[in-house]
Amino acid sequence: MSKFDFPPSIPSRPVYGTLEPRKGTQHLMIADGEGAEALLDLASVAPEIIAQAHVIFIPQGAAALADKLRATGPAILHIGPSYPATVQRIRRVLQDTVMGAQIYLAGTEGLIGQAMNEALQAGIPMEAIQTEHRGSVARRVQCVHCKGITEDVMTDPFICSHCGLNLFVRDHYSRRLAAFQGVCIDAEDPGEVPEPVELYT
Amino acid sequence: MTIQFNDETFRDDYTFRNSDWAIKRFPFPFHEDSYMYSVNMEQHRGGPKGSVYEKRFDVDEHYISEMRDRALVLAEDPLRCQSLPHMTLAGWDLLELIMVSKSEDYPDLFELHRNGDTWRWINKPLGIDDTFTFMDEASLPYGPMEYITRQAQGDYAVLDQRENNLWMDAGMVTTQADWSLDFDIGMNFFEWHAPVPMAHEMGVFKRALKFLLNIQQGSPARRLNWTMTVNPLLDTSPENYHKWGVQKTTLTPENIGRKQHLRDELQTFYRLPRSNALVFPIRCYLIALEDLVTVPKWGRRLHRVIRDLPDELATYKGFIRNRPMILDYLSHYDDGKPTSPGIWPDLDTEPPLQKYVSRFAGNR
Repeated sequence: MSKFDFPPSIPSRPVYGTLEPRKGTQHLMIADGEGAEALLDLASVAPEIIAQAHVIFIPQGAAALADKLRATGPAILHIGPSYPATVQRIRRVLQDTVMGAQIYLAGTEGLIGQAMNEALQAGIPMEAIQTEHRGSVARRVQCVHCKGITEDVMTDPFICSHCGLNLFVRDHYSRRLAAFQGVCIDAEDPGEVPEPVELYT
Repeated sequence: MTIQFNDETFRDDYTFRNSDWAIKRFPFPFHEDSYMYSVNMEQHRGGPKGSVYEKRFDVDEHYISEMRDRALVLAEDPLRCQSLPHMTLAGWDLLELIMVSKSEDYPDLFELHRNGDTWRWINKPLGIDDTFTFMDEASLPYGPMEYITRQAQGDYAVLDQRENNLWMDAGMVTTQADWSLDFDIGMNFFEWHAPVPMAHEMGVFKRALKFLLNIQQGSPARRLNWTMTVNPLLDTSPENYHKWGVQKTTLTPENIGRKQHLRDELQTFYRLPRSNALVFPIRCYLIALEDLVTVPKWGRRLHRVIRDLPDELATYKGFIRNRPMILDYLSHYDDGKPTSPGIWPDLDTEPPLQKYVSRFAGNR
């Protein structure tokens, strides 16, 4: 099951939709992992859009989905090994977008948040960016103390991968950082750290 | 009157103290015996002589020491002062607003001499005498917002107005009640207030935003907000929470009157002329409980407010663990007498405490 219903939360927390075909001068699609399934669903209802699309896919182990995407016949398909390895290309492609371009982002919150940030910085209006969450519910979290970002956080609390503090994961979210906020959990009772539990359990 | 500036610290040995003058003019944030969120805005057009409302940017006995503390925070963490690239013009607007206001309101402390674009700024308490070119960043040692807010008490959030919303796109934030400019920069009004409990559901932020979007140049507004802080620590930042959080566990019935402080924020709102940005100064005033209860009305009222505050708010404001001890202390200053409406101390008209009970009585 790659779809997950996030519980209602505070106003800074992003909400995600379902990708829909839209008329546009250009179509740029960026996905990771099971996000490819959202693009496949889109392709099944709007093959003509996929045929015009520049698709950037980061499989994160889901190599079979890359083959399925290729079979839908996108204009350009780029398979990247990781987000950091792919971000320069994303920036370059965004430079070439023109008025009326449509952006489709699908997959983990980390991928959606970071790619959206790039799109907004490139001047794409918010209304032209669609998102759909699929796959892992892992979060990208910034430690408010050392400012280091820990990727793929699956538990609350967790240990900051930079400074080693025990952090609890807030729902407060920064689009600029594409990250949730992590705050020291045992500041008032040093050493009293609750057992980590998996997010949303 | 001439202000006698204190030489004091807001960290380590905490030598911060309020004089009798500062206690009497403390901006007590409760106008009645209970508290709930409200937009509570009023025009910022002066106030009683000597009160913190009188001048546009209040300067008090803590000025020099607060500016020294700000410089220490910035040396440790320059991210406390940030300005997105489109906010430089608003920074010049703010510099002008503060320089003009302070030189007019405190002519014995500050002077501004303008000759075309060549400005000379004299800040006597801090020993500054700089000549620079207005709107030329290279003529100042810092960006315009940072330059002037290193010389002005209180935090400053500079808000861009667009899309019918306000965006936290610049700020100087070193005396904050536990929020991070570095994390919140770039957020809109609803996003940066997202963690506040209850108020969204009450519609407080929608009404507040509507009010703020309509603030006109020359018609600033103000409101009071509050929280509680153990020790007179100005920099209660999330960045340093792993260092200061443990101080909350140091309260005892013997030291609580000295260590527990009511932290008040005088928030003002000014429209800026060139950028159409809104500047939101957030001025922090601290008072130890033992000083606060020397005003009988405030002792009575604070006890009732803290006692009846919903748990969500006591948790959000960070003192739920110490609330029982705070209440025990304050209960000795509440004799059940009625209190007069409004925030002022009313020392001449309010009755003295009727039945003084030693604050250690409960423990013996």
